[in-house]
Amino acid sequence: MNKPFLEPTAKSAVNVRALTTPRGLGFWLVEDYAVPIVAVEFAFPGGATHDPAGKAGAATMLAGLLDEGAGDLDSQAFQQALDEKAVEISFHADRDFIGGRLRTLARHLDRGGELLRMALNTPRLDQEPFERVHEQMNARIRHDANDPAHMAGKAWRERVFAGHPYALSAEGDLDTLAALTRDDLRATARSGLARERVVIAVVGAISQDKARKLVDGVFADLPATPELVEMPRAPFAGLGDEVQAIDLDVPQTTIRFGRPALERDDPDYLTSVVLAHVLGGGTGLSSRLFREVREKRGLAYSVSASVATFDRASYIYGGTTTKNERAFESMDVIRAEILDMAQGHIGEEELDKGKKYLIGSYPLRFDTSTKIAQQLAHMQLDGYGLDWLVERNRRIGAVTLDDARRTARRLFGDGSLSVTMVGRPTKS
Amino acid sequence: MTTLNSEPAAAPAPAAVGLVSETLSNGLEVVVIPDRRAPVVTHMIWYRNGSADDPQGKSGIAHFLEHLMFKGTAAHPKGEFSEVIAEMGGQENAFTSYDYTAYFQRVAKEHLGLMMAFEADRMTGLILTDEIVAPERDVVLEERRMHCDADPGSQLNEAVQAALFIHHPYGTPIIGWSHEIEELNREDALAYYQRFYTPENAILVVAGDVEPEEAFRLAREHYGKIAARGAPPKRRRPREPQAVASRLVTVNDEKVEQPSWQRCYISPSSATCSPGEAEALELLAHLLGGGHTSRLYRELVIEEKKAVALGAYYMGSALDDTRFYLYGMPSPGVTLPELDAAIDRVLAKFLAEPINEAALERAKTRLVADAVYAQDSQAMLARWYGASLATGQTIRDVQEWPDRIEATTPEAIKTAARTWLTKRRAVTGYLLPAEQDAA
Repeated sequence: MNKPFLEPTAKSAVNVRALTTPRGLGFWLVEDYAVPIVAVEFAFPGGATHDPAGKAGAATMLAGLLDEGAGDLDSQAFQQALDEKAVEISFHADRDFIGGRLRTLARHLDRGGELLRMALNTPRLDQEPFERVHEQMNARIRHDANDPAHMAGKAWRERVFAGHPYALSAEGDLDTLAALTRDDLRATARSGLARERVVIAVVGAISQDKARKLVDGVFADLPATPELVEMPRAPFAGLGDEVQAIDLDVPQTTIRFGRPALERDDPDYLTSVVLAHVLGGGTGLSSRLFREVREKRGLAYSVSASVATFDRASYIYGGTTTKNERAFESMDVIRAEILDMAQGHIGEEELDKGKKYLIGSYPLRFDTSTKIAQQLAHMQLDGYGLDWLVERNRRIGAVTLDDARRTARRLFGDGSLSVTMVGRPTKS
Repeated sequence: MTTLNSEPAAAPAPAAVGLVSETLSNGLEVVVIPDRRAPVVTHMIWYRNGSADDPQGKSGIAHFLEHLMFKGTAAHPKGEFSEVIAEMGGQENAFTSYDYTAYFQRVAKEHLGLMMAFEADRMTGLILTDEIVAPERDVVLEERRMHCDADPGSQLNEAVQAALFIHHPYGTPIIGWSHEIEELNREDALAYYQRFYTPENAILVVAGDVEPEEAFRLAREHYGKIAARGAPPKRRRPREPQAVASRLVTVNDEKVEQPSWQRCYISPSSATCSPGEAEALELLAHLLGGGHTSRLYRELVIEEKKAVALGAYYMGSALDDTRFYLYGMPSPGVTLPELDAAIDRVLAKFLAEPINEAALERAKTRLVADAVYAQDSQAMLARWYGASLATGQTIRDVQEWPDRIEATTPEAIKTAARTWLTKRRAVTGYLLPAEQDAA
């Protein structure tokens, strides 16, 4: 049952075991006693994409309510119980999953596990916190309503993914939140929080036996199978020269752009990640877009692009924020770089640098217990095995210039983009 | 690159295991925090100068220079340092705060010496030309437009700080005012650089997978070569007069759909307080507005439903007198003056009643646990020690912080609240939709 998969080697970022509990739940464990804490990260596939029709925000509201009372503890009693032992429990809804985490001092592990068990298995979803969290979500929506970055992201998504749940905000809007009832949230909990596909990572000062007990205690009594409908792949609309323009009286224009990208199971997927890095990634200091837009022309403070991959869509997504008078100039510069790469103009040196960065920076994702747990949970969500800890860098290292040029043509195609601008851009 | 660190990590502080320090012969202070769990190191250099040290009329120069520090030296022309870091998969960044400016890299442990070589080189070797300075000034102006000018919430924050500090430069935004940024030039940047970027004024913090002796040896080899400049530069800041007026600042903007409320009190910092006062203020912030069981949240968000969110924050790490914040968002239909009055009522009640012992115990547990959680992150440890040392604390102050939290009495918290949370020391800020009165 114990599968010591990776011994600590120079190549593996972290020493992980894949274990199974007596009640049949699989999870990944990193045992490390240097700091007396335990971090647990988990995720239930499903998420906001499965919000009931007309009720966007259900998964997010559920996530906001799971730590607001459970079992015989009402909201205040539950929060006090967390405070008494400095236990941290939080939940969040993403498009494709509902995730959560626990962080506790090792000496309060039992209490932390018990509170997490209660939150997931017997959430109360009482009227008072339901109304309160609802108002907080409304306030957040009103707060963001005229924020340029928020508006641009929202408009871009609604245009590109029109007709698909990915077009909707995981936070919902004022109308869909008003339509939600506590029964809807109970149904969301019942259908989404199931043990069958849950992914779990445990990191810190905890033995294998204790970890098995913890995982069984928290997750083993959940319903066996999630009740989720099959989601179609998302469309991608809006490619072309026509910019989606949204008027806002601010001195800068906020730009979002994107185009379809390769799927995670495509043999050239990692090559596409390297290419996106060369275009607009990293710490930003050395990418093509940073150099052309910021360093050479001083057009913007920040500019970036990356591959965003979800269960039902994969795309390049980027953005910048620039003076209204120079918005179109900035976009021209960005388009020119993408077209250049689309034609296969990739230099050996920039490819090599990009690969080195992606390989060398990988261990930095594994330097705290919380970050390790998050990485391991996400690897499982993305369908990777433990070997990915070594395999990822090996495959990036193996990307050749031919791979990059071939993949650039596939990835950037004719260079067309779906572009959204928020502000008062003017042609200069 | 570069963030404006207007709200640095709150004081909670970590008893880093195995921390050692030494001062080089040129005055550079070196702190090493071993963490052997991953083969990486965090290398940070802190300068004891921030936006509060900007010369009169040159607001933003500390932050602008931080941008320019990435423009290369004689030995390593523009971009070379960043390219080297990117190639090894390292991360780098820099940030400017009111009291300090810091630069850091996170790299595989074998590159520590190389990072030191580059960082030591740019402590004295920066080369600036007008061709480099001009576009970077545009970048900073874009940064300001993006973070401040387009956001009414940021405009209110700036207005509240400007009103709170009548004379002290904490009232000026870190990034500077646009009209002064526009005038900053190469000479300003170099003058500021020569004044503050000296070994005596710097603190080196290395956290991660390294033997302390090896880190000290590397520090002596690379930083030790820099000539001493004599005494560290003096920070001469105008002192704030005694506050006497309660002030209200309002920003109305058509982009605002959700009103918000804040109040900021001038209060002593870890560096200016009498013993135990900063810890009392830290606990006071936690009791009033730290999470869902805090006093303001419980009474006004859960019970009376006057607000959808309320919180408190004490910015303890500052060289001069600092800020204690209360902030929140009203429930629909509740005006800001109503919320303001309700908050004053809860504060008055808090002062009149004995402090709830169980709540105090929970607050202490929470803050002391933060010191343990912090040990999980070498980057966070490096930041906390660096920020504390740059604002007048000692290593021992930081290490003994959990003990001082434990030792804080209910009376000390009451006294701190009575002394410092008085409205004549405060500015209240309202964020409202366009053309609508607060009432």
